[in-house]
Amino acid sequence: MAGSSPAKGIRAAMHPALSIVFFTTASGCGFALLALIGIAVPLGLLPQSAGFGFAALAVATVLAVAGLASSMLHLGRPERAWRAFSQWKTSWLSREGVLSVLTFVPAAVFGLGWLVFGNTGGLVGLCGILAAVMAAGTIYCTGMIYASLKPIRQWNNGWVVPNYFALGLMGGLLLLNLIVRFWMPWPIAIPVLVLIVIAAAWGLKERYWRFIDITAAPSNVASATGLGRRGKVRMLEPPNTEENYLLKEMGFRIARKHRLRLRLIARLTGFLVPMLATLASLFTPVGLIAAAVAVLSAALGLVIERWLFFAEAKHTVMLYYGAEIV
Amino acid sequence: MTSLPIPGQKKLGLVIDLDVCVGCHACATACKEWNSGGHSAPLPDFNPYGADAYGVWFNRIHSFEEGTSGEDGGGDARTVHFPRSCLHCEEPACVTVCPTGASYKRAEDGIVLVNADICIGCKLCSWACPYGAREFDEDEGVMKKCTLCIDRIYNDNIAEAERLPACVMVCPTSARHFGDLGDPNSAVSEMVAARGGKDLMPELGYRPVNKYLPPRRQTTAARPSPAPPVPPPLAAGDNKLLRWVDRLLSR
Repeated sequence: MAGSSPAKGIRAAMHPALSIVFFTTASGCGFALLALIGIAVPLGLLPQSAGFGFAALAVATVLAVAGLASSMLHLGRPERAWRAFSQWKTSWLSREGVLSVLTFVPAAVFGLGWLVFGNTGGLVGLCGILAAVMAAGTIYCTGMIYASLKPIRQWNNGWVVPNYFALGLMGGLLLLNLIVRFWMPWPIAIPVLVLIVIAAAWGLKERYWRFIDITAAPSNVASATGLGRRGKVRMLEPPNTEENYLLKEMGFRIARKHRLRLRLIARLTGFLVPMLATLASLFTPVGLIAAAVAVLSAALGLVIERWLFFAEAKHTVMLYYGAEIV
Repeated sequence: MTSLPIPGQKKLGLVIDLDVCVGCHACATACKEWNSGGHSAPLPDFNPYGADAYGVWFNRIHSFEEGTSGEDGGGDARTVHFPRSCLHCEEPACVTVCPTGASYKRAEDGIVLVNADICIGCKLCSWACPYGAREFDEDEGVMKKCTLCIDRIYNDNIAEAERLPACVMVCPTSARHFGDLGDPNSAVSEMVAARGGKDLMPELGYRPVNKYLPPRRQTTAARPSPAPPVPPPLAAGDNKLLRWVDRLLSR
């Protein structure tokens, strides 16, 4: 199988399905924005106007819902998706589904209380904070879906969940820094916070990349076959000459050169440009445009980063298809 | 339910003898044939007569080389054919990650199955399986996997001797054995103990029930043996008939 395509490298990585890339990025940013509003508005740290409330909650909800809807596109039987709410005792995917939907209950009370009754304190405020906690929990579950998969060492590690949190928070804050400008002429604290969070997210992503680059794979072709008593084990022949489900789903190939180039583009568009643009957004004459540039650039960077999260994730099943380590 | 049952005594599974498997793919074909009409039927093929045909199989037979060959053709390298199918693990993450309860492990015999009627086709189980045991049915939009021929091993309508998984029934070299690995006195358990049966990727902690018997250690490599003595040329001697034949042929 190896060598059948001009691209170098062994087919071993997870196929980056665009529906899932969009789901994790969009819903991550949406839930993070919801969490930020849910905490900061009851505490009086953000504008209390219904206009701001409508805009911010609408963006958060549209992103979260669009992401969840996109994840349904990935299903073989989307009409049965409701069944995914049943196994929260063991399944992180089920927990994510349950929590993501439940989050909208306090969020709806908070939204109605704020937008219809103009109240952001008391019970309404408590619902905002509750929605924030549950939104954060949803992001945690999204990360754990991947972090709990032992066959993929690039996912089954302690850096994945912090990265999901940091990148979601970064996206949510960048959106907030843009939306808030229509009601707050010269925000200072928000862009400063954005800068801190981008730096933290960038650092965590670098740590993640470094971790997957230097850690040794626990499994190799010898442990996968139980062979090796006579020496080196290598695949002679794959079981079939054509494709199969496993190769399509877990046999994605990306050349090292492209991988490194995409990391560079992710660094530039996901972190560096948003940082510089956010810095520029501290100066009011260009504030709105700069904040918008930061959002657009980060959106591109996050999609590339998430695409790489799959394309760099190697599955142990490919040890049976010519990969010597994963 | 995707919560794992309290482990039972019985752990049905396969023991695969890598020493005698000849890589004939009979198990894969017999499995495909039986399961195309069995519990998880159909096992679809996509674009079966086209240029890039592929389909759902529960058994796939890989070939590996173990050891290294010398340049002179010496060395102790050996080809090992490696049948790969569901290992019916004791810690099957494919079951616990399932969000719908479609994936389950039976308490009574440890067999891991999919209920295709409630599977949503999220494919997470196939990501959670280190061994690639699950394949997606694109026609039905649900996940499929080895059933350990649950519709053969408990089937009262077929002869008792045939109540075995199709792959075990068909194997021409008896490389595949079926039995209760939870019973230390069963034939399969004794085989595993005697031959040092192995778990695949034990480091991941899935505790597979199926075991693989590694190729036997050969006592000596094939040694060059002295050539057998060359029989002396036929001596005509005094035999008149042979002398005449010799003259005739030498002409």
